[in-house]
Amino acid sequence: MTRFLTAAVFCLLPFLASAQVAPPGAESCGGCHGVPGTALPALSQLKSDQIAIAMADFRKGAREATVMDRIAKGFSEPETEAIAKWLAAREHRP
Amino acid sequence: MTVSINRRKAIAGIAASTTTLFAPAVLAQTKPRVIVIGGGFGGASCARALHAGGMAVTLIEADARYVACPFSNLVIHGSRDIGLQTFGYEGLRKSGIDIVIGRATTVDTDRKNVGLADGKTLAYDRLVLAPGIDIRFDALPGYSEAAQEIMPHAWKAGTQTLRLRRQLEAMDDGGTVIMSIPANPYRCPPGPYERASLIAHYLKTSKPKSKLIVLDAKDTFSKQRLFQNAWKEMYDGILEYVPLASGGKTTEVIPAEMTVVTEFARHKGAVVNVIPPQRAGAIAAAAGVADRSGWCPINPVTLESQLKPSVHVIGDASIAGAMPKSAFAANAQAKHCAAAVVALLGGETSPSPKLINTCYSIVAPDYGISVAGVYQPANGILADVPNSGGASPVNASAAFRAQEAAYADAWFTTITAYAFGNA
Ligand SMILES: Cc1cc2nc3c(=O)[nH]c(=O)nc-3n(C[C@H](O)[C@H](O)[C@H](O)COP(=O)(O)OP(=O)(O)OC[C@H]3O[C@@H](n4cnc5c(N)ncnc54)[C@H](O)[C@@H]3O)c2cc1C
Ligand code: HEC
Repeated sequence: MTRFLTAAVFCLLPFLASAQVAPPGAESCGGCHGVPGTALPALSQLKSDQIAIAMADFRKGAREATVMDRIAKGFSEPETEAIAKWLAAREHRP
Repeated sequence: MTVSINRRKAIAGIAASTTTLFAPAVLAQTKPRVIVIGGGFGGASCARALHAGGMAVTLIEADARYVACPFSNLVIHGSRDIGLQTFGYEGLRKSGIDIVIGRATTVDTDRKNVGLADGKTLAYDRLVLAPGIDIRFDALPGYSEAAQEIMPHAWKAGTQTLRLRRQLEAMDDGGTVIMSIPANPYRCPPGPYERASLIAHYLKTSKPKSKLIVLDAKDTFSKQRLFQNAWKEMYDGILEYVPLASGGKTTEVIPAEMTVVTEFARHKGAVVNVIPPQRAGAIAAAAGVADRSGWCPINPVTLESQLKPSVHVIGDASIAGAMPKSAFAANAQAKHCAAAVVALLGGETSPSPKLINTCYSIVAPDYGISVAGVYQPANGILADVPNSGGASPVNASAAFRAQEAAYADAWFTTITAYAFGNA
């Protein structure tokens, strides 16, 4: 019986994962961020408020950037915060 | 017809009880079945995201090996091995996606099934079409399947890329190279100008008596100021750009004479690269999701066809509003499309997308530029988010350009790992 239960949980886990539906835009960040060991900075060490602050600085032009300034301007503060929370939660998953 | 699981109920079930709400056998039977046609940046990424979302996914792809177009201009330049462009489907297969190598030839949207070239038929609950482009051999007088062997387009990567590279290598110093660029829309708006830059760089360093003539069917193009400034700075006297207004539009090609005819002149080349007009991959028209333009109109929220129900179209084949036809865009659309499919099959409404695109171009070794955009549904299309995105700064240091070239390389690693990797 336990074996069947494990199977059931496995079947449902993906649904659970997708239930935390990514906030708008969050999945697109993974077009550049997410593979360790490239020249692009990994976000995995950052907490959600660090991501949100970085995005706010990029948006305001308060932090030097090659491309993040142009991208951050496409997101409002609430949108950015939702993305930061989701990214941080996902990146820190074991 | 397969019954899909109500996602919310399923989750409530798992939270409330670890015992008997759902028997495993029932779950196995009721996994919604999604077919993806095309295993490029759009299709492979979507298959992966759908699988992660709990769907039973079948990916139908014509070729066992995928040769990526981004960075293929560096193969033509001579600085990159085509092996770095080549990917397989083992990673996707290992993750549990059913990979079918074969060509889809029919789609019955009433019966919801796909017919394969070998006669097999596969049923779906929802279908995702990501067939990329086909060359329109009917659109440019003189250009044909036979002509592409003489005047390669190299707009699908692989043997075409290598053919153009070999022709450039074999050309005598002093030979003229001609490029013909089509009107919009076509795959990768800045791609032709990146290629022109890298061919010019090759000529400058290896065939200094040679010249490149770029014949364009338009007057304006992506990252234009950045490209043209760089050309002036680095390729003056090598690269001659002829816009539409100066007679740049190709009206005919004559392969036997290695000649490109424009509205104003005839140009004879030692090497001729014709980037012809394009349309969505043929299966889109067969499925009835392409309109008279040859491309596929979609709903900007669900990325569903406007012409047929339960069929989504992503990547180059789609009319994605302000989003360009790029690998980056195809990957971003793929992930959102998967979320939409999972929601709709669960009886819920699709989330609304916000998507990013960034296209890097390499203008010379260690010299990269980019254009970025952020998009959301507005007025029935995927529209630019106002006051966002844009191209790299016009006045930037060499270090800045080198940094963007390095980021471009990192982007390729990231995107291909997502689409084809084992991760
Ligand atoms: C020279 C060049 C440079 C580029 N550089 C960049 C860049 O730097 N950045 C960027 O973002 N984009 C770039 N692009 C654009 C990018 O290659 C495309 O936008 C991207 O490949 C689109 O992905 P897709 O999934 O829509 O189509 P594709 O990647 O073309 O995939 C379609 C797949 O579907 C398969 N298929 C088609 N029909 C069927 C069928 N009936 N049955 C089974 N399989 C089928 C094909 O075999 C193919 O594998 C470049 C393109 C070119 C030509
Ligand atoms: C086109 C590639 C690209 C995309 C897409 C992208 N980024 Fe970035 N990101 C970069 C680059 C490059 C940097 C380094 C700064 C720069 O040069 O712009 C960076 C830096 C960052 C940083 C700072 C990292 C640090 O170590 O301090 C954060 C945070 C960040 N990005 C978040 C995001 C979020 C959130 C998204 C999605 C909304 C996103 N990025 C999408 C390329 C990208």
